[in-house]
Amino acid sequence: MTDLTRLTIAEAREKLGAKEITAVELTDAYLSAIEAANGALNAYVAVTPEKARAMAKASDARIAEGKAGALEGIPLGIKDLFGTRDVHTQACSHILDGFKPKYESTVTQNLWNDGAVMLGKLNMDEFAMGSSNESSYYGPVKNPWRASGSNLDLVPGGSSGGSAAAVAAFLCAGATATDTGGSIRQPAAFTGTVGIKPTYGRCSRWGIVAFASSLDQAGPIARDVRDAAILLKSMASVDPKDTTSVDLPVPDYEKSIGQSVKGMKIGIPKEYRVDGMPEEIEALWQKGIAWLKEAGAEIVDITLPHTKYALPAYYIVAPAEASSNLARYDGVRYGLRIDGKDIVDMYEKTRAAGFGQEVKRRIMIGTYVLSAGYYDAYYLQAQKVRTLIKRDFELAFQAGVDAILTPATPSSAFGIADEDLASDPVKMYLNDIFTVTVNMAGLPGIAVPAGLDHKGLPLGLQLIGKPFEEETLFKTAHVIEQAAGRFSPQKWW
Amino acid sequence: MSVDLATVKRVAHLARIAVSEDEAQRMMGELNGILGFVEQLGEVNVEGVEPMTSVTPMAMKERDDVVTDGNKAEDIVANAPVCDRNFFLVPKVVE
Repeated sequence: MTDLTRLTIAEAREKLGAKEITAVELTDAYLSAIEAANGALNAYVAVTPEKARAMAKASDARIAEGKAGALEGIPLGIKDLFGTRDVHTQACSHILDGFKPKYESTVTQNLWNDGAVMLGKLNMDEFAMGSSNESSYYGPVKNPWRASGSNLDLVPGGSSGGSAAAVAAFLCAGATATDTGGSIRQPAAFTGTVGIKPTYGRCSRWGIVAFASSLDQAGPIARDVRDAAILLKSMASVDPKDTTSVDLPVPDYEKSIGQSVKGMKIGIPKEYRVDGMPEEIEALWQKGIAWLKEAGAEIVDITLPHTKYALPAYYIVAPAEASSNLARYDGVRYGLRIDGKDIVDMYEKTRAAGFGQEVKRRIMIGTYVLSAGYYDAYYLQAQKVRTLIKRDFELAFQAGVDAILTPATPSSAFGIADEDLASDPVKMYLNDIFTVTVNMAGLPGIAVPAGLDHKGLPLGLQLIGKPFEEETLFKTAHVIEQAAGRFSPQKWW
Repeated sequence: MSVDLATVKRVAHLARIAVSEDEAQRMMGELNGILGFVEQLGEVNVEGVEPMTSVTPMAMKERDDVVTDGNKAEDIVANAPVCDRNFFLVPKVVE
C-alpha cells in the first residue's frame, strides 16, 4: 500500500469519500510517522494519539452515515498558540507551565466541526516571537530540509516552525499557524510549503494566545495551494466572540484554483529590491514575473515608498501590544508561579523565570515605548507611519493593481544557532522585511514555493492581495505552483 | 534616544520582570540596538497623518446585553497554581 501520509488533503478526502481508506488508517499512519520522526525534528511538543484515534473513529462513523464534513477524517497539527480544551496549550512558553484550557479556540472548533482530526500541538517560537523557532521553551525545530551534501541542521523559520516542518516532513496533512509579522509565510518559504495569512479579521482570534492583537491572524500551512484553500475555508468564520472578526461570508476558496489570471495586473514594488539581497532571490522573482506574464497577466512596476519603515514601526507596535497582552501572566491565574517575599516580588520572580530572553526583550521595549514621556515619540509616530504604509498599498490598488508579487524572504533557511544572528536581534528581525508590511496594512499574503537555491534549499514567492480577496491570491499562487512544481525534502530523519 | 542602566532597571520593574545586574547590562545593549534601529522613523514626515487605530475600517460590533456565559468557577480556577474553594490565592497585599 502507498504511504498514506503522502496524500494531499484533496487526495485523502477523495479516498476517504470513496471508502478506499479509513480515517483511522490515515490517522494511524500519521501517528506512526510522528513517533518515528519527532525525536529528530522536534516539530510536536505534545502528541494526542488517543484523542486522534477517537476523532478518526467518529469520522469513519460519519462517513459511513453519509454525513462527512468538509475536512472529515483529515489529520491536522495545531500550533501551540491555539487554545485546545484539556490539551497542552502553552505558546511554547515556560510561563504557561501545565496550562490546559477549559475552552476551545474558534478556529480549531471550526476545524473539528468540519470533521478534522487533531494529532497534537506543534512547536513554535515562544509566544510567536521569533523567526527561527529557536526561542521555544521546548527547543528548536529542525528543518526537514538540508543543503545538498550537508549534515548541518537548519531552522524551519518561525514562529510557526513546528507547523511548517510537520507539513513538509509529512507529519500532518496540514497545520494551523499564525502570522504577526511573517510567522506563516517565512516558515512556509523555508520548508517548501504553502502558507497564507488572510486579511486581518478573516479568522477569529478568539481563544488564540495573544501576541500583538492588531497584527495577529491565523492561517493554514499546507502542502499545496489547493490544500491551503480547503483549510482556510474551514478556519475562517464570522465570530461574535471576536469584535474584529469581519462580517463577510466565507467564500469557497477552492473554486479559485485553476481560474485564469489573464488580464490581471500584477504589481512589482521596486522597494523590495533591497541591498545585499542574494542574486538568486532576484532571479526567482524574475521567474515568477515570467510565469505570470506567460499566463496572461500584465506586469506593472509600482512604488510602495514607506516599505523601509514597516519593520522599525513593527518593532514599536508589536512589542507595545505584546507588553500589554503579556501582563496577564502574573503567577496567579494560570501557569508558573515562583514564590516571593510579597506579591510584587512573586510577580517579578515568576515573570523572570517564565519568560525567555526574546520575550523579555520585547516586553521591555514595549513597556519603554509606552512609558510616560516616550509615547508620542515612539508609539504615536509608529501608528502614523503605519497609516502611510497602508496608504501606499491603497494607492497601488486604486491604480488598478490586482495583486503584488515579491520574494517571501531575503534568504533560504539558515543554520540553527547561527552566531551572526544570535548576537544581533535586529539582524534576525530583518528576516521579516518582505512580510511585515502586509501585517501592518492588514492585507492577505500567501507564500508559495517557487524553486530551490544553489544549496538545494527551497525559496518562496509572496503574493499580496486586496483586503478579503484571498481568492485572487489562491488562483495566482496556483499558477506559480503549476509552473514551479512542488518540492519535498530528502528524508534523513 | 538610548537607555542607561537605571532606565533598564526602572522599565524592568514597570514590566514586573526581575533582572540581575548582568542581565540589565546585557539588555541595555540589546535595547539600545533596537531603539537605534527604530530611530529612522523620526525622518518620516507625518504632518497631518492620523495614527492608525484600526487596520480594517469597521464599526465596533455591539451585541445584546444578555448573559451568555458563566457559572463555571471551577473551570476558571482549574489552572491556578494555588487556589482554595474557587478563590485565587495570592501573597498578603494588605496589612
